[in-house]
Amino acid sequence: MDDLLHTPLHELHLELGARMVPFAGYAMPVQYPAGVLAEHRHCRAQAALFDVSHMGQIILGGRGAAEGLEALLPADVQGLAPGRQCYGFLTNADGGIDDDLMIANRGDHLFLVVNAARKASDLAHLQANLTGVEPVTDRALLALQGPGAEAALARLVPDVSALRFMDVAVLEWGDAALWISRSGYTGEDGFEISVPEAQALDLARTLLAQPEVAPAGLGARDSLRLEAGLCLYGHDIDAGTSPVEAGLAWAIRKCRRRGGSRAGGFTGAERILPELEHRPARRRVGLLPEGRAPMREGVALFDARGDGPPAGQITSGGFGPTLARPVAMGYLPAPLAQPGTTVRGDVRGKLLPARVVPLPFHTTTYRK
Amino acid sequence: MKFTEEHEWLRIEGDLVVVGITEYAAEQLGDVVFVELPEPETMVAKGDEVCVIESVKAASDILAPLEGEIVAVNTALTDNPALVNEDPMGDGWFFKVKVDDLGALDSFMDEDEYKDFIE
Repeated sequence: MDDLLHTPLHELHLELGARMVPFAGYAMPVQYPAGVLAEHRHCRAQAALFDVSHMGQIILGGRGAAEGLEALLPADVQGLAPGRQCYGFLTNADGGIDDDLMIANRGDHLFLVVNAARKASDLAHLQANLTGVEPVTDRALLALQGPGAEAALARLVPDVSALRFMDVAVLEWGDAALWISRSGYTGEDGFEISVPEAQALDLARTLLAQPEVAPAGLGARDSLRLEAGLCLYGHDIDAGTSPVEAGLAWAIRKCRRRGGSRAGGFTGAERILPELEHRPARRRVGLLPEGRAPMREGVALFDARGDGPPAGQITSGGFGPTLARPVAMGYLPAPLAQPGTTVRGDVRGKLLPARVVPLPFHTTTYRK
Repeated sequence: MKFTEEHEWLRIEGDLVVVGITEYAAEQLGDVVFVELPEPETMVAKGDEVCVIESVKAASDILAPLEGEIVAVNTALTDNPALVNEDPMGDGWFFKVKVDDLGALDSFMDEDEYKDFIE
């Protein structure tokens, strides 16, 4: 643990009694004394504060940044209005996903939030292809998520109430300029807040002092995003997975598809554009294992008879605290990927049934 | 009460040995969400994997600490796996095993030795 990087909230995690684990080169809190289940439920019922400072924050300030970025990914960056954010993914020449990210239009520049484990490689890729690419290294990133998030944050920064889902704004809190987006990774309403390092501890402590707010670690973050049907990079999506297979075609707007005003012109379009029209051979699906045994990442999936070679694999799975039952996501060939289909997962040598269901497991409550 | 290096506790009850996991182990595991119990009347050898515990984080095995016959399992854990966290040394027991020689328990740690072991 000694050579791990610390986020600006490190001392707060220790003070709160967090169990720290190595994650993407950082010492991060996996849970606090309340435990993953309680932290998860608190987020769904009230509000949870997560330290996500390990994630990469990057500014694209060069001229033509939106146009340049569109050559690296299939999002509608040029159509993104100032003060708005969209979800996207950097694609590779094989049409796979090199990372998924948030892209915000902040008027005179773009602001990206990328995955911790991918930030060095993303940065190199962006700098090789665009000008004015600057990593933001002097800011922490906090996520405040849950139905009580707005009330809690509005006591500090009243103007956040005017934001709707995927809006971004710079709002003042004391001397600090907070870069706030109304978004998150839990399926709940909430905010991600980029705060100058010097004020990060003070902001986190002030938020934790609000009656709605309790700290939550990476464990709860993972079970929350799983229930919300959101992909985890390196697990549900990776360099070999296309966005269409992953069920992320909704993030490829019409203008970037065949017949659109800026069709194609991004890395991997040769695979991705045809897949948008002809359903891919395999798809990411939601799975409800029957019984109580969780089906975790790596569990091989078979057809209902359970014979023959594996048809697919679980990519994320565990216990869904809100549903009080196991939930999982994985990939299956198109004929088995229809909701209602029963498949079997190999759990310690037993072929246990699981039902294919639409995602998400838990209905999202974004303030659109 | 005796303790194993796998963080099980063993309590003698007549000619049976009740087996559970320690408070320390339960805390390390995190919230338990699923327990797969052995079939009663199963003969087990020392070191056999007899139970699976799934926590929010991962799956772990419980090994048979002694050779003998499983004569009872705590079916309450099937419906309420959280008992392992709430009362690991009591209501969260896993199974009872009938052993030929209770003297075999002497080789395990007592409470003070176990406390030293986990420090």
